[in-house]
Amino acid sequence: MKVEDALFEYVLRLGDTDVVLAQRLGEWIGHGPVLEEDIALANVGLDLLGQGRMWLSYAGEVEARTRGGAGRSEDELAFLRDGGAYRNLQLAEMPNGDFAMTMARQFYFDQFHLLLLRALTRSTDPRVAEIAAKSAKEVTYHAERSADWVIRLGDGTDESHQRMQRAIDGLWMYTGEMFAADALESTLAEAGVGVDVRMLHAPWLASVTAIVGEATLVLPQGEWMQGANGRGGKQGIHTEHLGHLLTEMQHLQRAYPGAQW
Amino acid sequence: MVIAAGQSQTIVPFRDDVAHDAARDVACDVAHLAGRPSLDVVWAALASVPDPEIPVISLVELGIVRGVAWDAGRLVVKVTPTYSGCPATDMINTLIRETLATLGVMDVVLLNQLSPPWSTDWIAPEAKRRLKEFGIAPPHVLGSRVDVTGISPLRRAGIVVPCPRCASAHTELLSQFGSTACKAQYRCLDCREPFDYFKPH
Repeated sequence: MKVEDALFEYVLRLGDTDVVLAQRLGEWIGHGPVLEEDIALANVGLDLLGQGRMWLSYAGEVEARTRGGAGRSEDELAFLRDGGAYRNLQLAEMPNGDFAMTMARQFYFDQFHLLLLRALTRSTDPRVAEIAAKSAKEVTYHAERSADWVIRLGDGTDESHQRMQRAIDGLWMYTGEMFAADALESTLAEAGVGVDVRMLHAPWLASVTAIVGEATLVLPQGEWMQGANGRGGKQGIHTEHLGHLLTEMQHLQRAYPGAQW
Repeated sequence: MVIAAGQSQTIVPFRDDVAHDAARDVACDVAHLAGRPSLDVVWAALASVPDPEIPVISLVELGIVRGVAWDAGRLVVKVTPTYSGCPATDMINTLIRETLATLGVMDVVLLNQLSPPWSTDWIAPEAKRRLKEFGIAPPHVLGSRVDVTGISPLRRAGIVVPCPRCASAHTELLSQFGSTACKAQYRCLDCREPFDYFKPH
């Protein structure tokens, strides 16, 4: 596999995860437990949407460069691809559940996302490096906030503790995919364009373990990891939840093709 | 995106045309002879454009106009986003085009420059003072966190953000995210007023 050919798919993975998680966070608008958190969820989603736009715009340019033609725009990529063509992590498409579930999803992802972006700032592809550098500054705040909430809820009331533990347990099996590298990722990692995500697992586990411990929660021990066998979201294999999410997100462009705001 | 995706640019500390004053003066003279506004006039015009969400500071003071240059008959303006999802970006681009049109400059290329990423350290000191008068606590210089390692490194006490109204240091964080992507929400425990804090970034 050639680096240039792999790059389109790789950038899609980065962008799709951002866009799908942004859509999930947007679902909270008007439903947050308090006004401040409603706004915070929307702001985190907005950051991820902006980052997703940068990645998908670049994906379209790479597509044009490597496959001829004009390449798809960020909007075409976001609104006109079916679920099977999406390359997001399965963790990102998990339903919001209660506030604890949303925070556990964010916590697992933010801790990974920050490590990933910091590593990508050293990419030999200058565009990848600059998008990562821009995004890493924003994600630093995301990671602080979700860790704060895991600690507050875990070390909170009996009810919040129990809910936070349930969320940490329930999403655990979707964390493995983040650190599973297939041939495509290995090709890009060797070329210095991408990151070998297996190298991020130890630092991720160290900080997750420390924060979960501080939260008086128990880190799950399950070894089965969904989608970590080369057949996960990054390869286009999704849970049933993604289709429902895309139905809502893509409705306007599907029903009224080419509609402009 | 509305503006063209940026090429990778040379990394510069701040306005990248300022360092070349001599060359610029010559270029300005030539530009003047050609009947188009000099870059100083362009900078002055952009410095009069208020940020759409924080109207007490201008786009130039905010540090998001990274450079202006004539390229043949076209004016190239490099703009960097504050936050990647900032919804004011399109509005800012429109304001820049409208302002330049008042100078008679119609052929404008807006380049989206991502690198180096925008920092609140680029906000002009005078603008920080006006932020405070406007009721927004200005950003600290990066790295001025309170050391809480004696408590637990995982339970961050954060930084002391004085109230922009009564100057009390007795304030509390309500949320790390506020009315816009670049602000957090605080509350003063003395005068009881809620206020925005421009987050260090």
